[in-house]
Amino acid sequence: MSCVQTIHDYALRSIGIGERLLPKGEMTLCEHFTLIGSGLIWNIYYGALALLIGFFLANALAVAKASANPWARKPAEWFIFVFRGSPLFIQFFLAYEAFVLIPRMGWDIPLGFMTVTVETSWLSKAWLGALIVLCLNTAAYSGEIFYGALRSIPKGDIEAADAYGMSGWSRFRRIMWPTMLRLAWPAYTNEAIFLFHATTLVYFSGFPAFQQKGDALYYATYFASLTFNPFVAYPVIAVYFILLTVTVIATFGLIGRRLNRHLPQSSRPRFRLRPQIIR
Amino acid sequence: MFAFCADPKSIEGLQWLLCYLTSGKHMLFYGSFGTVLLLLAITAPVALAFGFGGAVAARSSFLPLSLLGKAYTSMVRGVPDIIFFLFVPIALDQGFEYLRHKVKCPDWDKPIWQGNDFIVCPEAKLPLSTSPQSVHEVYGFSLAVLAFAVVFGAFAANVLYGAMRAVPRAQMETAEAYGMSQRQAFWRILVPQMWVYALPGLSNLWMILIKATPLLFLLGVEDIVYWARELGGSKTQAFEYPHPDWRVWYFLVLLAFYLGMTRISEGVLGRVTARLSRGQATLGGEMQRKAAR
Repeated sequence: MSCVQTIHDYALRSIGIGERLLPKGEMTLCEHFTLIGSGLIWNIYYGALALLIGFFLANALAVAKASANPWARKPAEWFIFVFRGSPLFIQFFLAYEAFVLIPRMGWDIPLGFMTVTVETSWLSKAWLGALIVLCLNTAAYSGEIFYGALRSIPKGDIEAADAYGMSGWSRFRRIMWPTMLRLAWPAYTNEAIFLFHATTLVYFSGFPAFQQKGDALYYATYFASLTFNPFVAYPVIAVYFILLTVTVIATFGLIGRRLNRHLPQSSRPRFRLRPQIIR
Repeated sequence: MFAFCADPKSIEGLQWLLCYLTSGKHMLFYGSFGTVLLLLAITAPVALAFGFGGAVAARSSFLPLSLLGKAYTSMVRGVPDIIFFLFVPIALDQGFEYLRHKVKCPDWDKPIWQGNDFIVCPEAKLPLSTSPQSVHEVYGFSLAVLAFAVVFGAFAANVLYGAMRAVPRAQMETAEAYGMSQRQAFWRILVPQMWVYALPGLSNLWMILIKATPLLFLLGVEDIVYWARELGGSKTQAFEYPHPDWRVWYFLVLLAFYLGMTRISEGVLGRVTARLSRGQATLGGEMQRKAAR
């Protein structure tokens, strides 16, 4: 079977398009690259969506944690502690078991002129259930990063805003929030990398891969367990993830450049391809 | 455990719960918390040693060695750690068996990789197929520990490499001025001073290590996740203690365990930071000095 044929059959296998049966027997390098690459679609889906939704949640969490009102601060502190203090692996398991226990029925939500039925059975599917867990998890980690940045906004910036007569929302929107983002950006880049890496856990933690539609690591272990040769499948997925990591760093580097564009050339943080490695 | 537990079907309420929570399987579950702590206790020093070796290699003036050290320190950067956890044990296992095969069966002529199989001679199997179950378990656990040590050693090497570079250059220059050799300056000046710079990174690493322990489950070790799934699953009347699906509660217990571990570690690491900052030429040390006056 030629490589073009393989790509045609398996490039979109992970979302259910193409050949139904996974390759068997002698595995070619082409099959490895195609199928694992097809699984990467799911990693990007989870990573990108969780990052997007988690970003808004994280902003809210950071502001709540920095607030003087205990009714806002305490819940935010606890949320961040629970999600940062426990393993993502356990969170996935717990969420899956909890979602399975929810009665398999629809809830009718009356909206006055119409009724929306919410299907709870979707929660136990990976595409929604795991996404929710990842969103909350990354929100907690980024919330802590943003909170730290919020507290290290230079005093002078706030005083300048006060001197211009800004207060409340306009001061936050125009001065504090952009500065917070600018300060948090290197650490946030790091968090984004870790989030993409964490997406490989989804199909190993309770959430079943329906009809063998899994992520990149799901297919890599499929190959490794079938050929009993870890020296092909795992390096292939490693190559994919290095490419993904470099892409994330480049994208975040561009945004970071825009956030820092008002600073004098010499004091801009340099664009580095050597991020921190600790979450 | 208790005398009244002899016939679990006839008891109810609190007594039932007490008997249920002290059944033999549950004892194994409680023991598996020990497995996790054992993993932490072994992995942390071994990973630190790996990390120290990696950092020293990366600093070496001998080019191949420094390239090797740099490759090791950067390997965890772009690739998810879970891939290493899956890859390292199998790779090590096959590597060990391959070496033993070469030594023990030199006149074996069949290929080792036969299509989709990895076949070595029976004498080279690790552990031997005749050895008892406990040997298999210990071997599996050791492979897991090695995998953790390799991955976290790479993280630690990164942290220590940075810490060694963070020690002020003036300190090393002073050591040279006192006539210390490279080796003496390294062991007497650099190593004692680097810990305070390494500590934030290392404490972070410890937190990550704690949170990576449930991955033992993926390596086939009977750890807390294994038992939580095993015990929590719904049990029919055929079992001694029938109950519906209770996995959610078991995982809540695990969550509480990990949150507790995090809280305790935060406290201990805070104290260690304070202890290590004493007398150091850093902001923290300076603040302690002023407070003591």
